Amino acid sequence: MAKKEKKQAAEKPYKKPIIKKRKPNRSIAGDIFLYLFLILVAFIMAFPIIYAVSSALKPLDELFKFPPRIFAQHPTMDNFSDLFVTMGKSWVTFSRYLFNTVFITFVGTAGHLIIASMGAFVLAKYEFPGNATFFKIVTVAMMFTGYVTQIPNYLLLNKLGWIDTYWSIIIPAFASPMGLFLMKQFMEGLPTSLIEAAKIDGASEWRVFRQIVMPNVKPAWMTLIIFSVQALWNNKASMYIYSEERKTLVYALQQIQSGGIARTGQGAAVLVVVMIVPILIFVFSESQILETMASSGLKD
Amino acid sequence: MSNVNTKAVDAKDMNMFQKYVTLRKHEAGVAWKKAKARKMCYLFLAPYAILFTMFYVVPVVTSIYYSFTYYNILEPPRFIGLSNYISLILEDDIFLVGIKNTFMIAIITGPLGYILSFLFAWLINELPRWVRSVAVIVFYAPSIAGNCYVIFSVFFRGDAYGYVNAFLMDLGLIDKPILWLINPQYMLPICMLVILWMSLGTGFLSFVAGLQGVDKSQFEAGYMDGIKNRWQELWYITLPNMKPMLMFGAVMSITQAFGVCDVTMALCGYPSTDYAARTIVTHLFDYGFSRFEMGYACAIATILFLIMILCNKAIQSLLRRVGT
Repeated sequence: MAKKEKKQAAEKPYKKPIIKKRKPNRSIAGDIFLYLFLILVAFIMAFPIIYAVSSALKPLDELFKFPPRIFAQHPTMDNFSDLFVTMGKSWVTFSRYLFNTVFITFVGTAGHLIIASMGAFVLAKYEFPGNATFFKIVTVAMMFTGYVTQIPNYLLLNKLGWIDTYWSIIIPAFASPMGLFLMKQFMEGLPTSLIEAAKIDGASEWRVFRQIVMPNVKPAWMTLIIFSVQALWNNKASMYIYSEERKTLVYALQQIQSGGIARTGQGAAVLVVVMIVPILIFVFSESQILETMASSGLKD
Repeated sequence: MSNVNTKAVDAKDMNMFQKYVTLRKHEAGVAWKKAKARKMCYLFLAPYAILFTMFYVVPVVTSIYYSFTYYNILEPPRFIGLSNYISLILEDDIFLVGIKNTFMIAIITGPLGYILSFLFAWLINELPRWVRSVAVIVFYAPSIAGNCYVIFSVFFRGDAYGYVNAFLMDLGLIDKPILWLINPQYMLPICMLVILWMSLGTGFLSFVAGLQGVDKSQFEAGYMDGIKNRWQELWYITLPNMKPMLMFGAVMSITQAFGVCDVTMALCGYPSTDYAARTIVTHLFDYGFSRFEMGYACAIATILFLIMILCNKAIQSLLRRVGT
């Protein structure tokens, strides 16, 4: 019976060339409806972001126009330059907040990438006692939010004397479980023969890691980077950092927004600065990130 | 007679025990040898393992320990048994409000966000490549756009100039502006709306990637076996193939759903009117960082931890049955 069916299938081509792209179980009406629905949802999803960007570009008189327009009629960059000019006069300048955030994000992400990849490499490619147990614990750590550990972390950082320094944000970010998890899952797809070949040629483990493994998992780099940047760039850091001159951009954003209606334009401008960086990184590395996420599944 | 018997059993037990011990010793020895042979591995893992232990394992343990004490940082912790938990559940009405709100938000936005993530990942899966990548950006952007959700406080402003109010008044649905973010009645629904807007996050990416990886030949085989429409395709072929991603996505959305605090704090204020938008995490902040009652705050953290872990385990055992 099955053979017969197979034969039939072999004789009569399953798809005709003209409708090659269409799958058999789809109706045209359904597809049109689907497209319309997706466009509508996409518009709803994008609207707040578009609105934020356009209000950052609006000059003052347009910001308070009623009824409001979605797009700025005379777009200007005044709000952005205001950030540096008016806030350049306050004792902690806007550029300082920007620097703090950039520094924390950059160092935290770089360290996380290196440390998590090193751990992921041995977890994925070597058998050793404690291997599976450790990975299981890391997986469990993904199941609760950072808020659970915030108070003991605070006490610990206090003991270490890192409160009110950049390190209170940077060092814990190194150990984010998500990065290790994704990196390990992705490295498992790497052919073991590649590593063995390098070993036979006399490369040390460190060299294998640096010159064979890391260049081959570049897509996973981008994934770790986007998750780490997203977490650090949006870090308010108000719990661990008290000094005004070490506060981050998101904190400055809140300050500006609480400055009331006169600061609406600048608030929108900071909002754009805050959100544009993670989005841009994602836009430029989307295909690599999706490649990594394909191996993100949790197996039993 | 019976004496002899017990002796024999004893001897047998001893024998078993000794065997067990030697076996264990042998195993430990083998493991030790293996570990020695793999010294490099431990060196590689060490930096991560140390930091991970410091900032994830130890805090959970100490948090559980402090939850049984009275600790205000200035004095050393004093052991008080379960009284933190007792007063949390029996006396702290605001905590119960927080629990109620957190569960409301988690039960509505968690599953809904999860289903939406999968639904949209599935719907855009068959679009042409470039349309798909644009769609992924549009859907994913809100969740990485950081504080972009504060823009909703402009939309939902309480006066007649708030856009939602103005719109509804134009339509004649309401005749005076509604205080969206101050009236306890509307706070939670609005927060849920915003959370749903941001819910297509990491899980969504995982789904998109996973759907791309489903073996196409399985669909062809499915058509032969008489799968009639996209829903059957989804249930019999796509979902079983996606199980690992579904698990991962579930972990992500549960963690997010119970950790809600940023959105409610930014939109409804902290503290919010009548504590109507208080969640477990905001309560934790209140006691941890405003009142410095660390022991009490740790009890809250421990409860949150247990809720999250148990919920994850329950959902995972549920998901194992998908497609069977």
